[in-house]
Amino acid sequence: MPADQPLRATPLHPVHCALRAKMVDFGGWDMPVQYSGIIDEHLAVRRSVGLFDVSHMGEIEIRGPQAAGLTDFVTTNSVHKLKQGQAHYSGLLYDHGGFVDDILVHKVADDHFFLCVNASNQGKDFEHIRAQNRFDAQVEFTSDRYSQLAIQGPKAQATLQKLTPVDLGSVKYYWFTDGEVCGTAARIAHTGYTGEDGFEIYVPPSEAVRLWNEVLRAGEEFGIKPCGLGARNTLRLEAKMALYGHEIDASISPLEADLGWIVKLDKGDFVGRAALLKQKESGLKRKLAGFEMRGRGIGRDGYEVFLDGAPAGWVTSGSPAPSLNKNIGLCYLPTEQAQIGKSIQIMIRNQPVDAVTVETPFYKRAR
Amino acid sequence: MYPENFRYTKEHEWVAAVGDAGTIGITDHAQQELGDIVYVDLPKAGTHIEQGKSLGSVESVKAVSDVYSPVSGEVTEINQTLAEKPEILNSDPHGAAWLVKIKLSAPAELAGLMSAAEYEAYIGAEK
Repeated sequence: MPADQPLRATPLHPVHCALRAKMVDFGGWDMPVQYSGIIDEHLAVRRSVGLFDVSHMGEIEIRGPQAAGLTDFVTTNSVHKLKQGQAHYSGLLYDHGGFVDDILVHKVADDHFFLCVNASNQGKDFEHIRAQNRFDAQVEFTSDRYSQLAIQGPKAQATLQKLTPVDLGSVKYYWFTDGEVCGTAARIAHTGYTGEDGFEIYVPPSEAVRLWNEVLRAGEEFGIKPCGLGARNTLRLEAKMALYGHEIDASISPLEADLGWIVKLDKGDFVGRAALLKQKESGLKRKLAGFEMRGRGIGRDGYEVFLDGAPAGWVTSGSPAPSLNKNIGLCYLPTEQAQIGKSIQIMIRNQPVDAVTVETPFYKRAR
Repeated sequence: MYPENFRYTKEHEWVAAVGDAGTIGITDHAQQELGDIVYVDLPKAGTHIEQGKSLGSVESVKAVSDVYSPVSGEVTEINQTLAEKPEILNSDPHGAAWLVKIKLSAPAELAGLMSAAEYEAYIGAEK
């Protein structure tokens, strides 16, 4: 992002400032990193409910008789398996198998797919999909038509249910429905990025402030808290959900990132498939692994990982885990060394500090 | 808010000195900016530190922040409580959560630091 480019803001920007949130530049967006504090907000989501402004996320829509054909060709997961009203996590890859982005694909209708993409990748994603469009499909960039609120936590459903006639109990996990929230047309998706139950709603930007306030009022009895990107990061890390620019980027394939489950090699051709097949045949050189610190210190993003005294990989994300009272992280290691229970060292300010690889996700909610 | 008997740096540390016996900490403004503090890294007693050089680091959930020594001297004691309860840096940064005690080798350095009023004006302008 060029330094002279002004930061972009969501319609909720004045609300965040009024709530005295700490604001940060997040991929060119002036976004709230925290309100009451990251730990407080994190625990509110794990124990009750939190509200996030994620309006910076991008939306791309693919329509037309061959919308499914194009969507399936540019993504790794099997679009033909999606039912109307169902969503899934997927990857947009380059020919060489690295990530353009990680996305959510929603099937609105046989001829209409709704993609939710990362804020800082949206322009690149749009161009990438358009460049692959040898199908009879229209690709439209529609980010300006939506604000997105995430209501997350065990009390998310009880909170949102007060504001919508849609029976949320009938919307299964990773399904969505078009309905109304506070009388406003909304796409209500049973999705999230916290490892907790919850919903993400896509609403007209002109209604974002009113809906934000209504959700906070509805969640008051549960102790709802506005939550920033700081808590969003610690929550997703505990649940081992990837973050673009950390676990994944153009140089990393989904197989390396332990995201083989979103890659359907047998579904037919798609962008990146040949490279992934080759990678699978010749074996993966590196693999994502979870670790817990054993020594004092926090292994953070970008820190080097040592095995038997020699550099072997790097930390992609590292942080205290507020729900677990541990310092955790994810790192890339040579595949043959990535098994659970391996002693590793993280270089923290030129000092090796002991850590051990552990099973992931670090946190799994009780269902 | 900011004690009159402390001197302050632009990097948001404070030092309170009587003769050549000093106590160093981070300011309330610094802890507010950092958010929830979860880890503190300090030098061993006996370490000699130059003014402006790293004295250690303070980590919040989100980030690592270096602490720079406001004065030169020898570390005589470190605050052991912080290893177990780093969160007191959020609640009492000017009191119980001092970082180190130091024997000043150049007390004249204090004159170059900001007074409480100057520091308050400085952080007011920074916002």
